Amino acid sequence: MATQTLPPQAEREELISGSEAIAIACSLADVDVITAYPIRPYDTVMQYVSKLKADGAFDCDFIVAESEHSQFEIVKHASAVGARTFCGSSGVGWFYAFEAITVTAGLRLPVVAMVGNRALDDPGAFGVEHNDAMAVRDLGWMLYWVGTAQEALDTALLAWRVAEDPRVFLPAAISCDGSFLTHSQAIVNVPTQEQVNQFLPQYDRGRLLLHPDNPITVAPQVNEDWLMEIRRQTDDAMRRTGDVIKEAYEEFKQVFGRGDPSPFIEEYMTEDADIVLVGMGTLAMPVRVAVRRMREQGKKVGFLRVKFFRPFATDEIREALSHCKAVGVIDRDYSYGSPSYGGVLFNEIRSALYTLDQRPLMQSFIAGLGGREVLVRDVEEMTAMVQESIDSGKVTEENTWIGVRD
Amino acid sequence: MSTVAVEVVYRGIFQKTLARNIVRTIVFAARKEGKIGTAFGRYGDSPERNGIPAKQFAIVSDSPEELEENLAVYEAREVDVTINVDDTMCKGIESWAWYGLQPINALTKPGGTLIVTSRQEADALIEDIHQKDTAYNLAIVPASTSFSGLWVYKDDHTDVRILGALARVCPELVSLDSMLAALEDQGWGGLKLTSARNTHDRLSTRPVEPGEGSEDEPFSFDLPGWKSMEEGLVIRGVEEGTGFRGVAQGDGYDPINSVADGSHGGFEPTRSAVFKKFSTRSMRPVINFDTCIKCTLCWLQCPDTCFDVTPDGLYDANMEACCGCAVCEAVCPVADCITMVNESEFNDNNSQWEHWTQDKEGYHRWMADLIQVQKDKDATRSHGYHSPGTYEAESEVAMAGDDD
Repeated sequence: MATQTLPPQAEREELISGSEAIAIACSLADVDVITAYPIRPYDTVMQYVSKLKADGAFDCDFIVAESEHSQFEIVKHASAVGARTFCGSSGVGWFYAFEAITVTAGLRLPVVAMVGNRALDDPGAFGVEHNDAMAVRDLGWMLYWVGTAQEALDTALLAWRVAEDPRVFLPAAISCDGSFLTHSQAIVNVPTQEQVNQFLPQYDRGRLLLHPDNPITVAPQVNEDWLMEIRRQTDDAMRRTGDVIKEAYEEFKQVFGRGDPSPFIEEYMTEDADIVLVGMGTLAMPVRVAVRRMREQGKKVGFLRVKFFRPFATDEIREALSHCKAVGVIDRDYSYGSPSYGGVLFNEIRSALYTLDQRPLMQSFIAGLGGREVLVRDVEEMTAMVQESIDSGKVTEENTWIGVRD
Repeated sequence: MSTVAVEVVYRGIFQKTLARNIVRTIVFAARKEGKIGTAFGRYGDSPERNGIPAKQFAIVSDSPEELEENLAVYEAREVDVTINVDDTMCKGIESWAWYGLQPINALTKPGGTLIVTSRQEADALIEDIHQKDTAYNLAIVPASTSFSGLWVYKDDHTDVRILGALARVCPELVSLDSMLAALEDQGWGGLKLTSARNTHDRLSTRPVEPGEGSEDEPFSFDLPGWKSMEEGLVIRGVEEGTGFRGVAQGDGYDPINSVADGSHGGFEPTRSAVFKKFSTRSMRPVINFDTCIKCTLCWLQCPDTCFDVTPDGLYDANMEACCGCAVCEAVCPVADCITMVNESEFNDNNSQWEHWTQDKEGYHRWMADLIQVQKDKDATRSHGYHSPGTYEAESEVAMAGDDD
């Protein structure tokens, strides 16, 4: 006997991974075109989407391309003709799509992508590093690091809402740490279709729609007398994302009844902290545990999780770090030959704090590369090193690799 | 302390090698005199596209420091000598980069020189060249347009003759001896040196007074700023067309089937308000409206939508849009209905159909003259030669009357 699944009338709890949460978000957002090409750990999303489609629970054009490059080209074009889109990749797969990735932002197309963070080859490795997703940081993509499966679902909905806002029209990448988020299941509140419909309007490309009834040329060749204006336009769109994100996030909290004070950052016991540790993604889990333990020992330590890496919440981060004595930034990435050989996040944070009257001491830690676990005791070790800097009044080692065998 | 700048204006692909030879030899010659120089093409140009006006530059200075002031630019701000190697570009140039129409003498300094390879007289060229408010000189190197391009090098001495002329009009750049020495260094001896020297010795210049020349306002447009530009790298398509010369048409108007009785006002496609092709072409079609059988092939096949449909169902090539590709001439099934004629024969972009409707006899005389001129040109050899001895014989013809 044929059965029909009716949409649930209330939020339901599910035990799902971050990848599955994003696949469900695709279904709730009624995404029109999804493209896929397998690479671990992103491919788990692809599996869940295809299962939803095969089960008849989700109707979309699901295209398995012959490569990541085509995968991202297809959604780019679909987005231009007015389709809500989703795709994703990991590690070097994301890099293989780079030509399509950069033009997607250049053309102001609101594609939403999931990056299952993975170490870049070589050596081949499955574990998480943030360098893959970070490579779009200068290109006009919004870039978000998710901390939990719930946040993955919520952020996907937020991403379409903001990306498709005509004031923005920029693509968004949702970074999910390989393994810790993509492959581990947690309790997630799945919202109702009605809630999502209320929050997420239909994508309307408006006057920029590529359609025979709206004859336009997209992506011309230009010279130096045009390009700077085009870049400045995209720059302005990115500057507008801050307000659009705030507005959408406030509405998100009203409709779904959850969320943090800020869409951009999460502050954990930072208010009176002498030392604030900073990081992104699932790193937050051991760091919060360590902070609690150290607080029990009377140490004034806090944690700042950066959620939106692009747009970078300069003002909020400046405010959050303006009262502490020292900042330790834990990067799950590397930037060979960078200033102070620091991580990417470290140098961005240091740059944001430069204009403060009272600048905290800054210390960079590289940890957890290739999916190596960052343990509570590692966090305690880093905190102790920062404390030494405070005690001696200066930072002797600006950058330290944590948990690496000599 | 001095810097001398020279520009070579040429047509993309067809004359790229020619332009390159000229600017490089200038720098080599300058080295003979202990100076230093640079040679470069204007980067925004597209010299690999057929016939697109493009530029190369040679800048020569006494010292590296002085030269540096002129580096890291796309185009010199002004030049001592402008060299134009296709006289149809005397009407101005629109590069692929589309900055509007730039007069051929736009960069020529007050008192500088414009060298043109041409078989026209100075007065005929000056009619085409936009007027300046400062005086300059016009020097003509008698020659047909030389095609030494990306794929072929037509060794017709145009490059060395221009270099000889350059030493004559701008001795402060380099002496003739240095120029000849630089040519020899590149393996060019014998007749080529003679060609350079002869052109140097026989060249005459014609002073052009302020205000002399074409009074046409060069076509220009304002580039939009980032606040007014369309977002998303979108360029809006042009609107639908209208009747001939803007006559409004009702719904369901069919330009092909409605024009037969001449009562429906024809059809004119809307064209970009800013991207024109006035100087892209080196030829244009001349149309015999009396032999046209209204087969529509020129209108259909034109890659630039340049044909306007007239109220009587004829096809009028619009010179805003014509690139001079000659596809219309090739597809026209009627012998001599469409004839491509060298652009230098025309001084305006007026409608041929309007001319024909107002004065059919006058139009036919005008058309017959043009077609004859073109036939004569086709029959006459260019300046080039293919075997020793013919050069001397031909150059006597080409230079007749130019000797001192």
